[in-house]
Amino acid sequence: MIAWLRQHRDACARALGKLAAQRAATLLNAVVIGVALSLPAGGYVLLANLQGVAQRFSFEPQLSMFLKPGAKRGELEFRLRADARIAQLRFVSREEALKELREAEGLADVVAALEHNPLPDAFVLRATTGSDAATLEALATRLRALPGVAQVQVDSAWAQRLGALAKIGRLALAALAALLAAGLVAVTFNTIRLQILTQRDEIEVSQLLGATDAFVRRPFFYLGLLQGLAGGVLALGILWGALVILNPGVRELAQAYGSSFQLAFLSGTAALALAVFSALLGWAGALLSVSRYLR
Amino acid sequence: MINFSAVSKRYPGGQDALRGVSFALESGEFAFLTGHSGAGKSTLLKLIPAIERPTSGSVVVNGQNIGALKRSAVPYLRRNLGLVFQDQKLLFDRSVYDNVMLPLSFSGQRPREAARRVRAALDKVGLLARERANPVQLSGGEQQRLAIARAVVNRPAILVADEPTANLDAQSAAHIIDIFVSFHQVGVTLLIATHDQTLIERYGKRVLRLAEGKLAA
Ligand SMILES: Nc1ncnc2c1ncn2[C@@H]1O[C@H](COP(=O)(O)OP(=O)(O)OP(=O)(O)O)[C@@H](O)[C@H]1O
Ligand SMILES: [Mg+2]
Repeated sequence: MIAWLRQHRDACARALGKLAAQRAATLLNAVVIGVALSLPAGGYVLLANLQGVAQRFSFEPQLSMFLKPGAKRGELEFRLRADARIAQLRFVSREEALKELREAEGLADVVAALEHNPLPDAFVLRATTGSDAATLEALATRLRALPGVAQVQVDSAWAQRLGALAKIGRLALAALAALLAAGLVAVTFNTIRLQILTQRDEIEVSQLLGATDAFVRRPFFYLGLLQGLAGGVLALGILWGALVILNPGVRELAQAYGSSFQLAFLSGTAALALAVFSALLGWAGALLSVSRYLR
Repeated sequence: MINFSAVSKRYPGGQDALRGVSFALESGEFAFLTGHSGAGKSTLLKLIPAIERPTSGSVVVNGQNIGALKRSAVPYLRRNLGLVFQDQKLLFDRSVYDNVMLPLSFSGQRPREAARRVRAALDKVGLLARERANPVQLSGGEQQRLAIARAVVNRPAILVADEPTANLDAQSAAHIIDIFVSFHQVGVTLLIATHDQTLIERYGKRVLRLAEGKLAA
């Protein structure tokens, strides 16, 4: 057991020695892997944030129903109250709407310049919580058919569309991640292949003098593993750096909408998973290379 | 210790390197293997550590049948043999000391014990003072002795050397054979290929003579 541990420690040390001896090549490989991995990881961070936003907003399925001039408010309100899909409703008269507009920053001048009130009466409706896009659209279609209704707008549609978009984004991202993972395996495969070629003599002599296959192969596995790990850690660094650069701008933008939103970094688990995944891909590349070039 | 019976070796190219070779080497014996260039000396020696496998006949080393040996068992066979190759196979990317250390790294030796053995082996061949040097900085005779130190660092019971005195002057050659004689005195079994007739005559040991892949009586 102790001998076994010592062999692994020695193999790891030999691999680290090789990496240290070829600092420039090691760094370049880690950069290639790091950059490649930071792309899907960055995409993942963006999507995760986007989905968070979409989810928060699509919990409030809100519709605005604008009335034609002279529409019968009482009759409409009666019909709306009878619809089980509508949880809440609020009437906003055209006067109220104009007042709100006047109070909105920067619009007072515009409103003052108006000769008469161009705004219609409106109902602001909230559908029952959890209604999906299809339900809301169906509801909107029915409302449009009511007499005296000028226009119906699903206010939370953008949030739901964003959510749907994020879902497609996830699929695209998974494909990208798979491609880049294959790329990572290929990069490691090639590095290990070159490493095996440059150590041809040492490998041959070792085998002639009684080294087992496991002994000869072990340092190459560690080499792949360590290189993958270095790339994964670098990808996390790149991502973190990108967020540090992007977030001031995002915060400014969000503040303009009265939100304190900013892009969040990967969770601890996700970050760890990325590093481990990267290390495993490196190991897989080494495995392929070793089984192909070491016999 | 080493037993060849009716051993033939045909290389993939169709070349018959050995034809019906039979002999036995007892434990502690010292024998020279000689013959013209291309007679099959290297081929015969390569069968012992299973670098090549016999085409027919049987090679038994330390009770193990080389022809039937599993690939996974080969490393353990080789660790019990001391091998000096015709082209030496020294590694020029590391020191003399590290060249001798190489075979000890396979078995997970304790570092202190390993260091002690490396120094003992280098001392035995008179290279202790050069342990930090690179093999390129050594003379031909010194390189041969380095190859011997590496072969014996595991204290093998059998030592097989392919032309260990090739290209050396008479004095350096004698020095190397003297080292082998000292191993013989502590009970190591030795088989040494050479075509240096004066050496063979001087030491008066057993001689196996190959010609065209056949053993002469
Ligand atoms: N790997 C190989 N593939 C094909 N033929 C080979 C191979 N190795 C040796 N031979 C052939 O086998 C024969 C014996 O070669 P071997 O190397 O055993 O001779 P040798 O007695 O060691 O010669 P030398 O004194 O020149 O070293 C030669 O004819 C050689 O061409
Ligand atoms: Mg030869």
